[in-house]
Parts: sequence; C-alpha cells; structure tokens
Amino acid sequence: MVTIVIDDIWRALGEITDPEIPVVSLVEMGIVREVRVDDDGVTVFMTPTFAGCPALDMMRAAIVEKLRAMGIARVEVKTLLNPPWSSDWIAETARAKLKAFGLAPPPKHGGNAQLFFDEAVACPYCNSTNTRVTNPFGPTLCRAIYFCRNCQQPFEQFKAL
Amino acid sequence: MSDSPLAFKLLALADDELILGHRNSEWTGHAPILEEDIAFANIALDELGHAQLWYGLYQELTGVEPDRAVFFRDADAWRCAQLVELPKGDWAFSMLRQYLFDAYENVALAHRMNSANARVAEIAAKIRPEEIYHLRHTSNWVKRLGLGTEESHRRIQRALDELWTYALQLFVPLENEHELIDAKIFPDPRAAQSEWETQVVAHLSASGLIVPATREPRVTSRTQHTSHLTELLADMQAVARSEEFGVEW
Repeated sequence: MVTIVIDDIWRALGEITDPEIPVVSLVEMGIVREVRVDDDGVTVFMTPTFAGCPALDMMRAAIVEKLRAMGIARVEVKTLLNPPWSSDWIAETARAKLKAFGLAPPPKHGGNAQLFFDEAVACPYCNSTNTRVTNPFGPTLCRAIYFCRNCQQPFEQFKAL
Repeated sequence: MSDSPLAFKLLALADDELILGHRNSEWTGHAPILEEDIAFANIALDELGHAQLWYGLYQELTGVEPDRAVFFRDADAWRCAQLVELPKGDWAFSMLRQYLFDAYENVALAHRMNSANARVAEIAAKIRPEEIYHLRHTSNWVKRLGLGTEESHRRIQRALDELWTYALQLFVPLENEHELIDAKIFPDPRAAQSEWETQVVAHLSASGLIVPATREPRVTSRTQHTSHLTELLADMQAVARSEEFGVEW
C-alpha cells in the first residue's frame, strides 16, 4: 500500500515531456488538466491540443507508466474536451523553452486566435519580425513554417489555437 | 443495424470526415509542391482526428468501437456523402472539394456548438478552431487558382461545375433528423445552407468563378454510394481484414 501524495503526482507528471517537443512537459503545455486521488488510485484528466495529434496515445501511456512506477496500482487517464485546449494555457516557462528550441511561441490571443493570423511572428533566433510564413502547416499538426528574412533561417511556430 | 436518429447522424458526420481525410491523404508524396504535400497531409490528419471524436461519441451510444466501424463495415453501411467519396481528381478538384467542405464545417460547427447535447457541443467547439486554419488555407488557394493562369482557372471551374451539386448533399436532412432538430441536438442543416451559400458564392465569384445556378442536390440519400467508395474501402480495409496481418489489429 502506497500513500499517494498529490504534489508528488504533479511533480512526476511535470517530468513527462511532450513526445513531439521534448523540451517541455505535458503539465507546462496545459495538457494535464486535473489530477484526482482516491483510495485505490489516481485519475489524470488530460486534453488534446489538436484533435488528431498522433502523440496522444503516447502521452497517455507515458502517464500510466510514470505513475505505476511510483507504486500506484490503479492509474486512469481520461480525456477532457471542455473547455477545448488553448495555446494560451502554455506556461511562461514553456514559452521560453519553445523559443530556445527554435519554435516561436504562439501569441496570447484571449480566445480568438484569428485575431493574430496576420501579425508578424518574431524569429526565435534573432527576434526580428521581418519574417514570412512559408506554410501554415508544418511537420506536426501544431506547427507552422516560417522564414526569417533577417537572419536567413527557416523556423517553426507553435500555432495559436 | 438500425441506429437511433442521433447515432445515424453521428455516423454520417464521422464518415464524412474519415473518407475526406483518406482522400486527402492520397496526396501525400504526390502534391504539386512540397508545401502543399505537407498541408494536405496535415489537413488529412486533422479530419481523421475529427472523425475520431464523432466515432467516439457514436461508440458511447452504440458500443461500436471506432476501429470496427472503420475497418469492418461494408460500403452499404457507410453514411458519408458522395462528395467525399469521389476520387481525388486533379489538385484543383481536391482543393475545391476541401474548400466547400471547410466552409460547410465552419458554418455547421458554429451552430452545433449550441447543441442541447453537451457532448455534441463540446466536440464542435473542439473542432472549429482547427477548421478555421483549413478554411483560411483553402480559400486562399481557391482564389489563387481561380484568378491564376488560364489553366488553373479552367481546372478549378471544371471542379466547381462537377462538385457543386454533390456539395449540396451536405445540407440534406437525414431520415428522422427532424427529431434531433426539434430537440435542439442538431441545428437544421438548411439554416446552415443559406449561410454557407452566401459565403461561398461571394468567395467563388471574387475568385473569378461562375457558381452553377442549380440548388438541387445531386443525391439526397446517405445509403446510396458510388462505386468509388467500394474501391476506397477495399484499399483502406485490406490490411485490417487480412488473416495474415489483421489478427493483431
């Protein structure tokens, strides 16, 4: 019998990184929404970023594996859709890590990502806003591809959602 | 299989998304430019994700697992519109089909977000922001092709002439859908149709295209399918159904 401490659960979940962006954790990305502890186990509520994200199953499996390794017998992962995930939920710490990883963080949009569709995106390498979008769709569902005219580097942006 | 009106509707929505996603995935490795190869692959994956949400709710009602519904159902049990069944055609054809569908989804999802059924409402709210990216992309391309070269214009006008009456099927109420409309679970698709028409006619005209005059859908029943669907399913379901590989599925 293991005594489950909720802070330990959150700390452990904070060590699970996004399978597609290994520098940020599922907690920092706002993907883990809630943790419930009861007598016989733990229920983790998570929310998908993009509905078709192929990494979702990996994330679920990683959560189960991590918490089982702590000696928790019953680990359940449930999906929450409401409210839908927003890129505004990405923590400041994660925004800095995304930028250092070469991914321009999404603008904070307060619920309407469209407002920023035509805004200049700053290059994560040189901070110049002299950039252009080369493809609104990228190597994963959550990324768009840009080019920086200033430092002549292609870069990606985590899309606002 | 006699589904309730809600289950029938959910299956129709899921099947539209899945088959369209499959058609788009056929561009992977074949699109005219790399950027569009990537874009169509992304859009295909998005539609697959949306299909999964509707199949998930269908499973909650009927117990039928999404994999069973997708890989072990014959053509006559599918409920997709013929619009999504048609082969991918040339790139203008696929682009215009995606545009007409995206515009429909944007309007319809905005209505569905107010559904009296909380699950329907939350799924619609989840999908819609993603569809906005699609519509932005496909409407730009429709304009570019419509106002581009003589060849691009000719091809996309031909696609519009062919696809228009197929697209109108998206707004035909299903059998017994009036029960869902009365219960405010799904909005009346004909209300969405007038909004959709206003938007797409304005955009297509601004893109130099002539919208066909007819407002009569080519097909009205979702139990009638083209032979293209049978061919698509034979391809898509082959591995899951094969004795050699399907066992692990």
